[in-house]
Amino acid sequence: MAPESWYLALSAVLFCIGVVGVIVRRNPLVIFMSIELMLNAANLAFVAFGHRLGTADGQAVVFFVMAVAAAEVAVGLAIIVAIFRLRRRLSVDDLSLIRW
Amino acid sequence: MGPVAFVLIAGVAVGSALGLVFKRNPIHGALFLVVNLGSVAALYLTLGAQFLAAAQVIVYAGAIMVLFVLVIGMLIPGKEETGPDPRRAYRVLALPVGAVLLALLAVVVASGARGRAPAATAAPDGVEAIARLLFTDYLFPFELTSVLLLAAMVGVILLSRRREG
Repeated sequence: MAPESWYLALSAVLFCIGVVGVIVRRNPLVIFMSIELMLNAANLAFVAFGHRLGTADGQAVVFFVMAVAAAEVAVGLAIIVAIFRLRRRLSVDDLSLIRW
Repeated sequence: MGPVAFVLIAGVAVGSALGLVFKRNPIHGALFLVVNLGSVAALYLTLGAQFLAAAQVIVYAGAIMVLFVLVIGMLIPGKEETGPDPRRAYRVLALPVGAVLLALLAVVVASGARGRAPAATAAPDGVEAIARLLFTDYLFPFELTSVLLLAAMVGVILLSRRREG
């Protein structure tokens, strides 16, 4: 059994890779997938902490995170599709105005 | 066994995360993310969270990633593939890989049939504890989740409706 601190370290690494993805990529779909990666890293930390404390609370929270992530992905992808219909391009650099 | 398994799975997780960020083609990124979600599900198993591992595979790697792949296919048209398959050589690997998988499954089934399986009535570790929490301490957030999902559903239908005229 690997110690919990290893899981937390892995969680931090995955989260940082997700942050890098959000910053360096221009494709909104890849940015979105990087956000999923960060959510997933946070979930791993929740489960590791729950394991250390010996309670199921961490797992219950992860359950909610998954439900919220599902809703977020559905709405986010719908927004990306709607923007693509208007702009015909797929880059976050085009979306520098709040209104159009 | 434990630390070695952790290092192996963690390596897969970090490698696939890097693949997601640095691959040019978004569809490759999506497939890397599926690998990443699967390896994190394996880590959940090592932490004794069987329910979450199953939910991770079904909800994340299954439902959410299918949505991603569909949208990528819709918005980013690739070139139509014509001519012979450039990766034809890999097909030679298909048979050995299938045979190894079959052998593994046979070993697992045989070992399960030999040993006495625990009583089927007992819930796997943790599931009962999570259910108890969800329906007592976390009952209000649990109900809110259903409202959230309904709102998301209505919102998506509104957003994706084509404007008439």
